[in-house]
Amino acid sequence: MRCNFADSLLQAYFDGELSGRRATEFERHLRRCAHCATELVDLDLLRDSLQLAPLYQPAPASLRRKISAPLHATTPTTVASEPRLWHWLGAVAALLFVAIVLGRVGDGLHSDDYQADLAGEIVDSHVRSLQPGHITGIASSNERDIKEWLDGRARFAVPVHDFANNGFPLKGGRLDVIEGHAIAVLVYERNGRPINVFVWPSQEQDSPPRTGSRQSFQWVDWRKGKMEFCAVSDADPVDLKQLQQLMNSSA
Amino acid sequence: MSELGFEDRERFEQLVLPHVDAAFNFARWLLRGRTDAEDVAQEALLRAYRFFRGFHGGDARAWLLQIVRNACYTWLEKNRPMELNMEFDEELHLQTCATPETLAIVGDDRKRLTLALETLPPRFREVLVLRELEGCSYREIAAITSIPIGTVMSSLSRARRQLYSALANPSQGVCP
Repeated sequence: MRCNFADSLLQAYFDGELSGRRATEFERHLRRCAHCATELVDLDLLRDSLQLAPLYQPAPASLRRKISAPLHATTPTTVASEPRLWHWLGAVAALLFVAIVLGRVGDGLHSDDYQADLAGEIVDSHVRSLQPGHITGIASSNERDIKEWLDGRARFAVPVHDFANNGFPLKGGRLDVIEGHAIAVLVYERNGRPINVFVWPSQEQDSPPRTGSRQSFQWVDWRKGKMEFCAVSDADPVDLKQLQQLMNSSA
Repeated sequence: MSELGFEDRERFEQLVLPHVDAAFNFARWLLRGRTDAEDVAQEALLRAYRFFRGFHGGDARAWLLQIVRNACYTWLEKNRPMELNMEFDEELHLQTCATPETLAIVGDDRKRLTLALETLPPRFREVLVLRELEGCSYREIAAITSIPIGTVMSSLSRARRQLYSALANPSQGVCP
C-alpha cells in the first residue's frame, strides 16, 4: 500500500535535507509505516549501486593539460602557490598510501584478487593525484570548516581535531577514493613536514598502534571507536607516535 | 588567457581548478560522451577563466558547474535539439516498475547503471548526477540549475523513480 507521505519529503529526509523538527516528525511516522521504511532501503540501495559502480568520471589528463598550459605560460616560477602546495601534498599522500597498502598486501592479509584490485585502485588514485588540479581539498586550520567539508562528502563522521598547541597544526583535509570507498585525509604539519592521516570507518575492534616503514616513509595504523586511522609521513617516527597518541586520546 | 593579473590567476587556480573533475563528470553525463564532454568542459573552463573577475566568492564549484551546464545546454540545442524536448513516458514505465530489491544487483553493474541513467531526460539526469555523484546539497543544485528548491526536490524524486524503472526495463530506453 502506498503511503500518502509526499515522496519528495521522504527523499528529502533520505538526503538529510529536512529541518530537525520535520525530520523528527518523519521519524515518528517511519516507526509505523512499512512502506516508507522499504522506500528508504531502496533509496539507499540505489545510492550504493551508483557510487560503487563507480559512475564518477574524473577529467582525463588531456583536459587538465589544455587548461593548465595557458594558465602557467606566464606564471612566475619563483612564487610558491597554494594549489601547487596542495598538489604536492596530494602526490606525497598518494605515494605514501600506495607504499603502505602495498606493504600490507605484502603481509598476506588479503587474497590475490583482492590484492590486484586494491593495488590497481591505489595506483589509479596515485596517478590521478599527480595531475594538476586534481586535489579537491580544503586548506584551512579551522576544525569546524574541515569537518563540515569532509562529513558532507565522505558520508561518515570524520573526527577532526587541531593539535596546534602540541606542535601539530591542522592544515586541511582531502577526500580520496580507495576500493570505491571514500577515505578522508587530514593533513597536519610538523616542523614544516606534512603528515597525512587517512581515516575511514571500520567494523573491527579497537586495536593498538602498529608501525612500519616503507621506503623512507613511516606509518602508524590503529583503530578506535569503529574508525581506522593511518598516519603517514617522512617526519621523525617519534613525532608520528606523538600525533597518534594525541588523536587516540581525543577520538 | 592573459586577461587576468597574476593574483587573479593564482585565485583561479586555487578556487576553480580543483573542480575540473566535477566539470568534466557533469559534462560527461549531460552529453553522454567523453569526447564531447572534454571539448565542452574545456570551453566552459576557459569561459570561467575569462569571467573570473565576476566571481565574488562563495561556492566556486557551483559557479563553475553553472557555466558548464550552460555550455552543455547550448551544445545540445545546437547538436541534439530533440534530446532537450525528450519526455519520459512515466505511465508506461511506472506500471512495470520493479523495486531495486527485485533487480538482481549482479553482473556488469556499471554498464547497466550507465545505460539506465542515460535513458533519463537531461533535466532529470542532471539532478541525479549532481546529488548522487557530486554530493551536492539541494541548495547547490538549485544554484547550478537555476531552478527553485521545490522543483529540485520533485525533479530528484521523479528522476529516482525513472531510474528504477529504466533499470527494470533496460530495453525501453527513450534516447534517440
